[in-house]
Amino acid sequence: MVKLSSDDISFFTSKVLYKPSDDEVKLVEEKIAVLKREKIVKPIVFIGVTSSSVVAGALKTLEAAKEYIDSSELDIELVEVGSIGLCSFDPIMDVQLPGKSRISFQKVTADLVPSILDGVLNSYLLEEHVLGQYRNQFLQPWPNVPYFDELSFFSSQYRVLMANCGVISPNSIVDAIAYGAYKAFANVLRNHTHDEVCKIVEESGLRGRGGGGYPTGIKWKKTLEEPADQKYFICNADESDPGAFMDRLLMESDPHLLIEGIAISAYAVGASKAFIYTRNRYEFTVLRLEQAISQAYELGLLGHNILDSGYSLDISIRKGPGAYVCGEETALIQSLEGKRGMPTLKPPYPSTNGLFGKPTAINNIETIANIPLILNNGSEWYSGIGTEKSKGTKLFSVSGKVNSVCMVEVPLGVSIAKVVELAGGVAKGRKLKAVQMGGPSGGCATPELLNTPIDFETLKELGLSMGSGGISVYDDTVCMIDMVKYFMHFIQKESCGKCIPCREGSRRMLEILDNITRRPVTDDGHNTLERFKGVIHLESLAEVMRDTSLCGLGQTAPNPILSTLKYFREEFEEHIFDRKCTAAVCRNLRTFYIDVDKCTGCAACAKKCPTNAIIGTPRSPYFIVEEKCIGCGICEDVCKFSAVFFK
Amino acid sequence: MEAKILNLLERYSHASIESLIPILQDIQDEIGFLSEEAIVQVGKHLQMPTSKIYGLATFYNQFRFHPKGKYHIQLCHGTSCHVMGAVNLLEIIEKKLKIKAGQTSRDGSYSLEIVPCMGACAFSPIISVNGEFHGNLNQQELENILDELVND
Repeated sequence: MVKLSSDDISFFTSKVLYKPSDDEVKLVEEKIAVLKREKIVKPIVFIGVTSSSVVAGALKTLEAAKEYIDSSELDIELVEVGSIGLCSFDPIMDVQLPGKSRISFQKVTADLVPSILDGVLNSYLLEEHVLGQYRNQFLQPWPNVPYFDELSFFSSQYRVLMANCGVISPNSIVDAIAYGAYKAFANVLRNHTHDEVCKIVEESGLRGRGGGGYPTGIKWKKTLEEPADQKYFICNADESDPGAFMDRLLMESDPHLLIEGIAISAYAVGASKAFIYTRNRYEFTVLRLEQAISQAYELGLLGHNILDSGYSLDISIRKGPGAYVCGEETALIQSLEGKRGMPTLKPPYPSTNGLFGKPTAINNIETIANIPLILNNGSEWYSGIGTEKSKGTKLFSVSGKVNSVCMVEVPLGVSIAKVVELAGGVAKGRKLKAVQMGGPSGGCATPELLNTPIDFETLKELGLSMGSGGISVYDDTVCMIDMVKYFMHFIQKESCGKCIPCREGSRRMLEILDNITRRPVTDDGHNTLERFKGVIHLESLAEVMRDTSLCGLGQTAPNPILSTLKYFREEFEEHIFDRKCTAAVCRNLRTFYIDVDKCTGCAACAKKCPTNAIIGTPRSPYFIVEEKCIGCGICEDVCKFSAVFFK
Repeated sequence: MEAKILNLLERYSHASIESLIPILQDIQDEIGFLSEEAIVQVGKHLQMPTSKIYGLATFYNQFRFHPKGKYHIQLCHGTSCHVMGAVNLLEIIEKKLKIKAGQTSRDGSYSLEIVPCMGACAFSPIISVNGEFHGNLNQQELENILDELVND
């Protein structure tokens, strides 16, 4: 970002963020239109760079665009943006020509950059890469290109948190302010007391988005009312659910929304110091948040005596060294204090006795991102979205066996089916088997439950949970036992070890699941009895763990098992009694054979077999020794003649 | 190496226990892992028993106690990657490079780390080799990548 002059800074802080005088309104509007790129004089190329698109090669695309601009000697501006949520279409490149509306191209790998840019500059579009265009009444649209708001992916969503994601540059505070950031914060400092802010948030009905669903306003009020010389505010940005990426994309796409949210929240609870606890591994997130914070300091929106209000706030980033249990608020506090991230007993709650023994409020980042919107639009506007008890919108990341992995924002109360539909439905036209919600602490919904509305109460009744918002879609090639085993393995590894039910329970449950899916395939009496006993123990163990664990991690860890036992019991029985895995995932239960008619004796499988279980002589059919076969399936993968099959 | 660590600790001249995690992170960024000497140094600096520091460092996933290999391979094992067959890829890597997850090969050529989720579920399964990502991998592609590393 270019260094701002003191004139610019005073323009933003005194004119844009406060009400300008009547004769200045027009000037400010004009300047904002320029900043919002509604009036441009030279072409602009936008490239979405996030932790997701980087995997698809967005940095190379960015490099190629730079090279193109340098070599063609054209005066083109290059802007890094965030993600619009369509992850499967990354890398996404937008182009805006003067007077023309902004058009998006999908799957733009580095080699495609010159041809697409050459085309656009000469008003020719490479059709198979066109994604859509942004609607703007002042700009001339491209013919035969759909508007984004006409695409069902966007029109079925309710994007308020994500309104600017992928549109603005996350590297520039000027962009953010032009699109309305920090207005709510300036207004709060000027017109509201701490108590009023808590009240507005309480009236809006906002509930914590980290999984617990506790009303945010009430939590704040408790912290505010606690007398103390120092209070803290912590933003929990350690999104560590495997398979969830919406918080990360939100932070990378619109970091100033989060900084503003933290500033207002810290003001509401009367804290003068705020921490963002994110994860060390989220390089992009850390980079963009650090940059956003230093820009906010530069404009005087953070630091001492903000906007002459007498309120001071410092925000610093702490890079969590990686522990799933640190999503629990007391564990997070321990980690911030430089200790092992082990939860402590509640009460005392953090609101009375938190970080360094001082009153502390902790909120999830999605909760915080809602705050500026609530204060800008009023609590009534917010409580008009969603259901009676669950207000507002929710971000979901949908992944797994879907056509288009994406991040969506929908009002609470929409059905699970709708969210799956937004992701383009199940991949390859296969049958939907289950929808896993909330990662290792959530549960699985069957296709029959797809019409369930997503809200806190309904899901809880069904033994499911929204969690932080990660949704995984399974088709019929996924084995439920294998998935439960995966989650249990994760919990067992991440359990902090402080309380016995979680530490020992998770380990025992994993052993039982291993036993169910382990060889021998043969069915002698004793083994069957052991397995059968296992599943009985599994259920009671899960219940004990849920009821007696110290923190949220242990209490919710049995959810995948309990919900799978409830909705997919026959699959457990099939594994235990029939020693069969229909989805053919549990490799120990598979037996491979070679079709003598199809086998040409090429020996490809024999060379690859890790246990040398395949024998024979070249150019005549091979044979698999059943006792040696571990069922890994490599032979099936390498066989070019599909001669290997399993039962 | 010792000078490097002392240099780094100077930046935290009046530090207390709350700086322990940032200090260890800085050391790991600087020398690639937490060596025994480094931990002893930190203990002296913060006047803390070494055992406590080990206790903390082993609790978190980030800290490693062996140097990275010349090629550091990270395999994503998030829910999406698991569904898409990351386990098969893991086996191929382990077999081909003769190391287990979390280990560094004896000659220091390769190291393998499993990470919980890279946040790019659209491209699972994913591995990264020295920071370069390979998404939507199938077994054959993985073997080609590994062959290149081995022949290098």
